[in-house]
Amino acid sequence: MSALLTVDNLKVQYPTRSGLIEAVRGVSFTLGRERLGIVGESGSGKSQTGRAIMGLTTPQAIVTADRLDFQGMDLLKASPRERRALRGKRIAMVLQDPKYSLNPVMTIGRQIVETLRTHESVSKAEARRRALAMLEAVQIRDPERVFGLYPHEVSGGMGQRAMIAMMLICDPEMLIADEPTSALDVTVQLEVLGILDRLVATRGMGLIFVSHDLRLVSSFCDRVLVMYAGKVVEELRASELSQARHPYTRGLLDCVPKIGESRHPLPVLDRKPEWAA
Amino acid sequence: MTVTASTAGRRRARSTKILFDVGRFLVVLITTYLGLLAVTFFIGRVIPIDPVLAILGDRAPASAIARVRAEMGLDLPIWQQFLIYIRQILSGDFGTSVLTTNPVLTDIARVFPATLELATFGTLIGTIVGIPLGVLAAVKRDTLIDQAVRLIGLIGYSIPIFWLALLCLLLFYGKLDWVAFPGRIDIAYEYTFTPITQLFLLDAILQREWDVAWDVFRHIVLPGCLLGYVSLAYISRMTRSFMLTELGQEYVVAARAKGLSERRIIWAHVLRNAAVPLVTVIALSYAGLLEGSVLTETVFSWPGVGLYITNSLQSADMNAVLGGTLVIGSAFIALNLLSDLLYRTLDPRTRAR
Repeated sequence: MSALLTVDNLKVQYPTRSGLIEAVRGVSFTLGRERLGIVGESGSGKSQTGRAIMGLTTPQAIVTADRLDFQGMDLLKASPRERRALRGKRIAMVLQDPKYSLNPVMTIGRQIVETLRTHESVSKAEARRRALAMLEAVQIRDPERVFGLYPHEVSGGMGQRAMIAMMLICDPEMLIADEPTSALDVTVQLEVLGILDRLVATRGMGLIFVSHDLRLVSSFCDRVLVMYAGKVVEELRASELSQARHPYTRGLLDCVPKIGESRHPLPVLDRKPEWAA
Repeated sequence: MTVTASTAGRRRARSTKILFDVGRFLVVLITTYLGLLAVTFFIGRVIPIDPVLAILGDRAPASAIARVRAEMGLDLPIWQQFLIYIRQILSGDFGTSVLTTNPVLTDIARVFPATLELATFGTLIGTIVGIPLGVLAAVKRDTLIDQAVRLIGLIGYSIPIFWLALLCLLLFYGKLDWVAFPGRIDIAYEYTFTPITQLFLLDAILQREWDVAWDVFRHIVLPGCLLGYVSLAYISRMTRSFMLTELGQEYVVAARAKGLSERRIIWAHVLRNAAVPLVTVIALSYAGLLEGSVLTETVFSWPGVGLYITNSLQSADMNAVLGGTLVIGSAFIALNLLSDLLYRTLDPRTRAR
């Protein structure tokens, strides 16, 4: 299987007054048409990795890599215009909270149509038809009604489905989901994950699933990268998570409570500087 | 069956909602107006000018003074005087101006359009130039362009407008002779040109009197641009700050992730969101120009409300002052309501579901 995305020694740095801050410090992995999870705590650089691949880091960020290759295309050498043409069309991204990531003054339908018409020249009627079909694909029961609603008029779960519809309407080959369910209720989380899973599987997309929820990632993904302080400390098959060797991963796993277990004293995450070295 | 019943119910609910909205609108309008009238009435009573003496002079016999005082209702309790005042205003009786000997309403009908024309010209310039400048400054944040725009704003904020006006007159009228001065229109046209709406520029264009239009334009362009500069300073600053707030929002990241062009993101997404609070800013700045261009009107001998009120004030012509105040207050209220309405059309979140 040919790799969709090859990342080799990716670094994201931010210049500050006291020198360079390294948010991502040499991350390497390859992604095929599979579901790859990236877990880690806040500040571990997992979101920054996703944004660097998208080309969405802030202008002052310095992104370097030995290789950042998407389907034979060198992303670091690509012009801003070329990268923009990729975004939304071949690589898409789902953000965390639909309450903030959807434009509040634009109807959901228009936002979906906008993605489509940016990348494909289709008529208005055709765009509308496809947006409605997409809304149906994310299991929205009354697409005609939701098409005309504003983001504040729908629930979080519905908003996140609209977000997924907006990002997947052009049939991208790769999707980066940055904490796509963290802002949702637990019951809705599973529904949205189910929809995402089905779409990824049927369309044969590669998925990078960024999350801090190790349990969720292990049940949902094929492979898991564990990040700590800007580095990948361990890479595992999701099914072999229980055999994780790195003390940080073990620490994360130990934090998951089990029914009937006594928790005195409560385990605390170890953070050793040498892991970050 | 149930479906039709529910749609009928919803329709009824919607019409009740509209009625409720209109009702609330009227209540707000009426109470604000009563407040405005109370203020002008209060001002009219506390100023140390005796209206009776203003009419009769201070050598009139005491009996005459008492008679006129009773005729004017000034011996009645204050609340009755207030009711009389309201009745007069509602019937369009603003009193007579001592200075011009015209009914105040006639005077205002003459001077208000002049101010309206000037303020509109200024606001248009302030908006058309100020918004793009503010957007540019926000997008190019912390660059030289941003600093330049902020400097332009700061200067517009801090320079006394009458001083700048005099300098500009010296240069553009005195030295270069590019603009016309004084007033709104050349004396040669003043008696041959019959305006329709009293907004001279519009009237001249409507009647295809191109030479008149050009003359009127040469008169309005300098004061209009100066007021425009003041309003631009304010509008560009506010636009910049609203844009910066919106640029930090997550939907901007999402719009980039969709692959939209930066231009589309800025103008169709970010500015569209920033436009919501901007409406209020522009309306307030417009209202400010409608009331407060006294200095500009004085320097340019612009026959508008500001000049009218200043002249009346200097000759203690209270009817005229209060009438002018009332008109400005009405413009303020009208603009406020208009911006509220616009706010609702621009932001779906403030619309009732």
